[in-house]
Amino acid sequence: MKRLTVEQLLGVNKFVVDDDQAHIKVNKEVCSACQPKPCIFACPAGLYSIQNEEISFDYAGCLECGTCRVVCPNAGIAIEWKYPRGGFGVHYRYG
Amino acid sequence: MAEEKLTAIIVGAGPAGSTAAYILATEGHDVVLVERGTTAGGKNMYGGRMYTHALNRIIPRFWEEAPVQRPIAQETITFLNGARGFSISCADMGWTADGFHSFTLLRSEFDAWLASKAEEAGAMLACGILVDEILMDGGKVIGIRAGEDEMLADVVIAADGVNSILAQKAGFAKLFSPHQVATGVKQIIELPAETISQRFQLSGNNGAARLFVGDCSNGMTGGGFLYTNKSSISLGLVINVAELRRSQVKLVDIIEDFKSNPHIAPLIEGGEVAEYSAHLVPEAGLAMMPKLYGDGMIVAGDAAGFVLNLGYTVRGMDFAIASGEAAAKTVIEAKARNDFSEQGLSRYMDFLKQSFVMRDLEAYRNMPQFLENERMYKAYPEFVTGFAGKLFTVDGAPHVNLLKMALGQMKESGISLWQLARDGWKGAKSL
Repeated sequence: MKRLTVEQLLGVNKFVVDDDQAHIKVNKEVCSACQPKPCIFACPAGLYSIQNEEISFDYAGCLECGTCRVVCPNAGIAIEWKYPRGGFGVHYRYG
Repeated sequence: MAEEKLTAIIVGAGPAGSTAAYILATEGHDVVLVERGTTAGGKNMYGGRMYTHALNRIIPRFWEEAPVQRPIAQETITFLNGARGFSISCADMGWTADGFHSFTLLRSEFDAWLASKAEEAGAMLACGILVDEILMDGGKVIGIRAGEDEMLADVVIAADGVNSILAQKAGFAKLFSPHQVATGVKQIIELPAETISQRFQLSGNNGAARLFVGDCSNGMTGGGFLYTNKSSISLGLVINVAELRRSQVKLVDIIEDFKSNPHIAPLIEGGEVAEYSAHLVPEAGLAMMPKLYGDGMIVAGDAAGFVLNLGYTVRGMDFAIASGEAAAKTVIEAKARNDFSEQGLSRYMDFLKQSFVMRDLEAYRNMPQFLENERMYKAYPEFVTGFAGKLFTVDGAPHVNLLKMALGQMKESGISLWQLARDGWKGAKSL
């Protein structure tokens, strides 16, 4: 099988994106002091990246697994983690 | 606005929540089953297979009406190391005889079906609702708040999954540490049913389950899995989050590497990816168990950490179902005495201990620690694949005594006799 990019993989999923509210918020100040930034490698949807030398996060393709919440060395401080509002977010058609 | 008080509010329409709702509603209790997905199962994913015993006791021969995929007839564990693979395989036609042993199933359709059984029995299913807060009164859980709405009940059953937001809000659980959970990622790869049956040498609608150790997890604590559905394959990886913390390779690249592994690629060739999903897996067993019951609340399923991974069997759904059943029985007794205090709900532990849930978690309590041994994921797969590779190679080279060959391979894989003896002893004891 052809190798797929994370964008292609997320592209086959069904998402109902909440345009009004981000369910995960990142504290860029705390993150700027974090050297390893394991979220970049651990997030299965690859939603954490470095842009303009600071952490950037896009909640739209979130698979709602909770990995970032646990892998974060500043757990509970750097990432404000909630589930999306009812009816929003990923909708697994297979699971 | 608070309405009439219910017997139970069950949060999460997964196997634990729906089972509890089904039993309580069948007994005539007023229950509401709250689910944040737009349908039950819409937020759920797992590896791919459910052992039937737990649900079969509650809904006998459930497979005659439930959406199941294939009954598993064949179990294989494969050690991977580069070009080499070494497999142990077991087939038992008894597993697919009437009274099936396990099924692959897809959670979106299966969980929706189980929730519909609870609904048919009289439970109210409320989908698309995220519970924001637990309502407390002097240390006692008395209900929930979702948006503007408040709902009161004698008891709240937190079956809201591994992230256990409710148990944490009620002070029953702390945020787990990275080594206690693993991240599971999975791709659904569609292929024609006949192609799957031929490729895996399955007769009729029988299915195969495969687990992989070695290369697939990039040397990290974890492994791969493959389950055959009717016309798709569930392929994925489960990797410990503490290990992911040190990873310098993106998880999505690790699963794509796994797909192109020479031992995997031919199995999925020609397939189309239909879904990519991820979920945390509670892996630490008793070590991460929250407070299971307290004034006005019971915790069940993944939220309680009820998963058992022995390396060759991985179980979660049967634990979720049996814990949902135990929670329902507890509530029925508590209602009869009208005592929903911590003392009144303490029967939950008795029911869990009478069932396999606590019995198995206690029996295998050392297993999570045993499986954290890094040799399991690199040195041992290297050893078995290397040894078997030499065993089957004929190239005209001089004869080497089998024991010498094994000892030589151990040295090559960096395993000492002492380590092997100690790990073997620990493994034997843990199992």
